[in-house]
Amino acid sequence: MLRDIAAIGAAMVAVGASFGAVAVAAGLPVWATVAMSVLLYAGGAQFMAVGLLAAGSPLAAVLAGLLLNARHLPFGLTVGDSFGPRLWHRLLGAHLMTDETTAFALARPAGPDRRRAFWLAGTLFFVTWNLGTLLGVLAGGAVGDPATLGLDAAFPAGLIAMLMPTMRDRDTRRAAVAGAVLAVLATPVLPAGAPVLLALAGPVLLALRARTGSRGADPADGPRGGADAPPEPAGGRVGGGGPAGGPVGGDTGDGPHGSAGGPAHPRGRVSVPAGAGPERNEGETC
Amino acid sequence: MLIAAILALAAGTFGFRAAGVLLRDRLDLPDWARQALPVAAAALLAALAATAALTEAGRFAGWARPAGVLVGVLLAWRRAPFVLVVAAAAATTALLRLLGVP
Repeated sequence: MLRDIAAIGAAMVAVGASFGAVAVAAGLPVWATVAMSVLLYAGGAQFMAVGLLAAGSPLAAVLAGLLLNARHLPFGLTVGDSFGPRLWHRLLGAHLMTDETTAFALARPAGPDRRRAFWLAGTLFFVTWNLGTLLGVLAGGAVGDPATLGLDAAFPAGLIAMLMPTMRDRDTRRAAVAGAVLAVLATPVLPAGAPVLLALAGPVLLALRARTGSRGADPADGPRGGADAPPEPAGGRVGGGGPAGGPVGGDTGDGPHGSAGGPAHPRGRVSVPAGAGPERNEGETC
Repeated sequence: MLIAAILALAAGTFGFRAAGVLLRDRLDLPDWARQALPVAAAALLAALAATAALTEAGRFAGWARPAGVLVGVLLAWRRAPFVLVVAAAAATTALLRLLGVP
């Protein structure tokens, strides 16, 4: 277990360092960079916030970051019982709860094993992430222009690598591709920060469609086809890809229709957006 | 403004985390929300990655960066370790810039 944690921890140092360097290069003060890694402690949102703050859109940074981090709520619903009995266990554990620690905890059976895994991973990841941030701040500052190191390419590449597991889910893949294309096309004509928010259009439509009933969820169904089904065939199709996909996956594997989307393969069991630790064994998390 | 944004973001993020943990036994997210949240996050991240890879200040960023990102993406697609993905992307872009590619 320690070796897996160490492997991900090493990646944390590297990514944390790239965050520190990128943030400083984007013009963020050192104190703000460190404060983000300590207080916010969410890689994807930190990178996103740096981009939007540098672009002069603090409100967009907060809103987009919060939306990005809303996934932590179902994480908490899923692994929150593994932190310990006391209130401070739960509050401190909540802060240490990231995509990686959640995935790591879910790989262990509920009980003392999971609790130990969570705290070990949570502590080490927090330390390595912040250590990396400090190193990045120092190294990035010393180098002067991080572009000569290619760090501006490391950031999107890392993001995409983290997203890779989620792309096994068809709806997520479509929403991601559509959002990416839309955002790139809109970049020349919209103020910075806004194009990224356009990517929400797809998921919002998906959610509304799923919410209004199962009809829209499966194009193969006629208007009445899914009307009598339990309300969430749609949840069955995508639920396995959600943050709660580990524990819930068993009962959301297939909708009653065995929908057309190729339900046979386990899509993105560990499809947590920032959860691409190098050594993660996806099969274990369920 | 900067400190307010960071504190708001940190507080809100902790709010999400703590709410999930504390309300664990009481709150039952409807499936449409459970389904939409990770999809929305993935779409946001993908949009961010794409714009960061291709654009700079509203315009095309030049070839060196997308080339490096492409190398990283191909490695990630081949399930290379995360560190290698990030390092190879950076190295490719750095090398191209060293050779004079914008």
